Amino acid sequence: MSSSTAHLAHHFDDVEQQYDAAQLGMWLFLATEVLFFGGLFAGYALYRYWYPEAFVVGSHRLDLWLGGINTAVLLASSLTMALAVRAAQTSDSRGTANFLGWTILLGSVFLGVKAYEYHHKFEERLVPGRNFSLSEKGDKSNFPDRDGSSSTANGKLDLSPFSPGHVELFFSFYFALTGLHATHMVIGIAILVVLVVAARRGTFSADYFTPVEITGLYWHFVDIVWVFLFPLLYLIR
Amino acid sequence: MTNSPADGRNYLNADYRFRSWLLSTDHKRIAVLFMISVTMFFFVGGAAAVLFRLELMSPRGDLVIAETFNKLFTLHGVVMIFFFLIPSIPAVLGNFLLPMMIGARDLAFPRLNLASWYIFMTGGVLAVGAIVIGGADTGWTFYTPYSSTYSNTNVVVMALGAFVAGFSSILTGLNFIVTIHTMRAPGLTWFRLPLFVWAHYATSLIMVLGTPVVAITLLLVALERGLGIGIFDPKLGGDPILFQHMFWFYSHPAVYIMVLPSMGVVSEIVTCFSRNRVFGYRFIAYSSLAIAVLGFLVWGHHMFVSGQSIYAGMIFSFLSMFVAVPSAVKVFNWTATLYKGSVSLETPMLYALGFIGLFTLGGLTGLFLATTAVDVHVHDTYFVVAHFHYIMVGGAVMGYLGGVHFWWPKITGRMYPEWWGRLSAGIIFIGFNLTFFPQFILGYLGMPRRVHEYVDEFQVLNVMSSAGASILGVGYLIPLAYLIWSLRYGAKAGDNPWGAQGLEWTTQSPPTTFNFPETPVVEREAYAYDVDPATGHAAGSA
Amino acid sequence: MHHVVPKATYYHVSVWLAVLLALTVAAAQFDLGGWNVPLALAIAIAKATLIVLFFMHVRYGSPLLKLFAAGGFLWLLIMFAFIAADVLTRAPIGSG
Repeated sequence: MSSSTAHLAHHFDDVEQQYDAAQLGMWLFLATEVLFFGGLFAGYALYRYWYPEAFVVGSHRLDLWLGGINTAVLLASSLTMALAVRAAQTSDSRGTANFLGWTILLGSVFLGVKAYEYHHKFEERLVPGRNFSLSEKGDKSNFPDRDGSSSTANGKLDLSPFSPGHVELFFSFYFALTGLHATHMVIGIAILVVLVVAARRGTFSADYFTPVEITGLYWHFVDIVWVFLFPLLYLIR
Repeated sequence: MTNSPADGRNYLNADYRFRSWLLSTDHKRIAVLFMISVTMFFFVGGAAAVLFRLELMSPRGDLVIAETFNKLFTLHGVVMIFFFLIPSIPAVLGNFLLPMMIGARDLAFPRLNLASWYIFMTGGVLAVGAIVIGGADTGWTFYTPYSSTYSNTNVVVMALGAFVAGFSSILTGLNFIVTIHTMRAPGLTWFRLPLFVWAHYATSLIMVLGTPVVAITLLLVALERGLGIGIFDPKLGGDPILFQHMFWFYSHPAVYIMVLPSMGVVSEIVTCFSRNRVFGYRFIAYSSLAIAVLGFLVWGHHMFVSGQSIYAGMIFSFLSMFVAVPSAVKVFNWTATLYKGSVSLETPMLYALGFIGLFTLGGLTGLFLATTAVDVHVHDTYFVVAHFHYIMVGGAVMGYLGGVHFWWPKITGRMYPEWWGRLSAGIIFIGFNLTFFPQFILGYLGMPRRVHEYVDEFQVLNVMSSAGASILGVGYLIPLAYLIWSLRYGAKAGDNPWGAQGLEWTTQSPPTTFNFPETPVVEREAYAYDVDPATGHAAGSA
Repeated sequence: MHHVVPKATYYHVSVWLAVLLALTVAAAQFDLGGWNVPLALAIAIAKATLIVLFFMHVRYGSPLLKLFAAGGFLWLLIMFAFIAADVLTRAPIGSG
């Protein structure tokens, strides 16, 4: 009795059909995710087009090196995830569990850095809503009026006039985009934990590695979202 | 030949425990769960309509105050659209029939299917909860900045209800697409599929590609109200028109989610009750896909007077003309199918014919609205209200009722009483036209929509409309009564009481849990009505 | 039954991803006028393509899979294109 049929659901004719269905299903789900995030990107594009100076100001307040490190961490986690899938495909249970573990670790590092960044932003009073205020000790960008026409009021600044309201918009997008992304990371890590437990029990093999593969697809997608977020949020110069 | 086991077991009596229903992954049971849910929501939305049509019988606001009136039409829109029209045919008839029509034992992801129902009910609890704690008054369209900043009502809860329901829709669509791609029976090529399947495939594409956008949009409104993370707030430089773009990017294709499945139902019914192959099968199949794709390119026709650029308005108006073409193709082909057919007017056929006529009228008035120069005058008037009700009620709801009646023997194993069926179809037709035709005139004369007061000249037409609504309400209550009655007292149905073609009719009524004892092999095209099943040759030949 | 991608391929792709990341950061240090954004996007698209083709196995998948993978992005482009058609052609209030 082959182990592959042990995982065959009753409504499928064979494992091949089940695997194809799982793959197509996950890709369709990822398509919905593209459109889910895409709406936010569309809004971002609109406001960046209208308020370029404000977006520069906002972006300068983000730590480019933390963002860059986080990007590297996530790309590395995609590598370990791909290797985990490969290990499952080649019936290497230990390898699967190990690489999944690395992916969880790297994902957690990412979230840790993000948490630090958020905390910092809260302290700097750059969280949109009642908290938001652009002024800071020693910071020249302290505009009392919100209509954006204050270049003459502060001729020392190189930037053309911008409104603090527009900068608040930038941070709305920053928090919405990275917050949504982080939520997806948390869910991904939770699923990975479940998979590690299953991998250590030897659940996955060349006959049945579908859950690892489709979780991998989800993980890579979340990575791709960040690949776009990083330059669009951190690198506006 | 039937597939019935001798012991009379079927999916309904396979297990009587309550939890066997609430934890069922059988697509047929889940379809029944959805049927009960959407029926409840239909009557909740209908109750709101009764109240505001009562208010509108007199020109002054005397039954309810303005804010309450606003909450009533918001409730009506949100519940009818998100909790009845969008799920109804796909989650009830689609869920039940799709696997059977392709010879499968279930959908590709049965547990996701069950999750879809629970998510749907969660959204419903949120929406009804919003109503109970005081309602929202933004209209189902949630336009900013009123919804995001200035309204003092329960917008967040209502918006979240719709947001959650959207995920139910996405999962259904995902399930259908994967099922149709990977689980067709041997020999069942794409062009042998029933047109009902094509219609649901196209619908599912829209569900998957469109719903996430309205989901993020509503989530952003909720975030703006709740956390102040504002992107639509004009005080910060935000653009309310951005909301409208993102909202209508889904909500226009959503109307095709609501009507395409109905068209699939009509294709099945018209062929069966004219005993004819469908005219132009491939054209109808392709037109479903064309509607799905073109439907995504026209959303700005809801925004001609919003402040979007004239140039964009021109593009959207131009493209909106094209989307009428595939719908017209279907209407022509159904008509041609009727031609020289052996037509019989059972209840499902009455609903299907009603669909064809009323949808055509509604669709034609859509062309008026797509013409910018006309729309400038009738936007936000009752003309628009009449237009979409002709499509949604005269079209989608009648398609749903026709489908429920057509497949009732298959779903329940019982026949409904035919005379009562025809009577209610007639009452609904008359009530519907009396309700909504006067609204075309009202809109043309300039009565705005979403108002609880109006000038005296409009009263006669409003009274006609409200009278029609009461007739329509009665028309809907009668099937509710006799369909429930038939569950116990209806005549027992055989496997194929209509003599229809289609794999679902080769199973017993009601079907067994796994539909087919063995996977069927398909060797014929769909709607082979002129083929004698016994000989495989044209009926009447030697 | 399923194509097993060699480890070397994954490492190769990772090196390229690292190079592209460095390029992303470097390119942002220069003021290229209107070209900064398209350049940053092009590099991001390159990274995404590598991930999709190799890490997500689309390179070895069926044509249907490739269509599904591309579908979401295509639809997103529709939304971007038509919103742009509005925003880029708006005239200031009071003109024309």
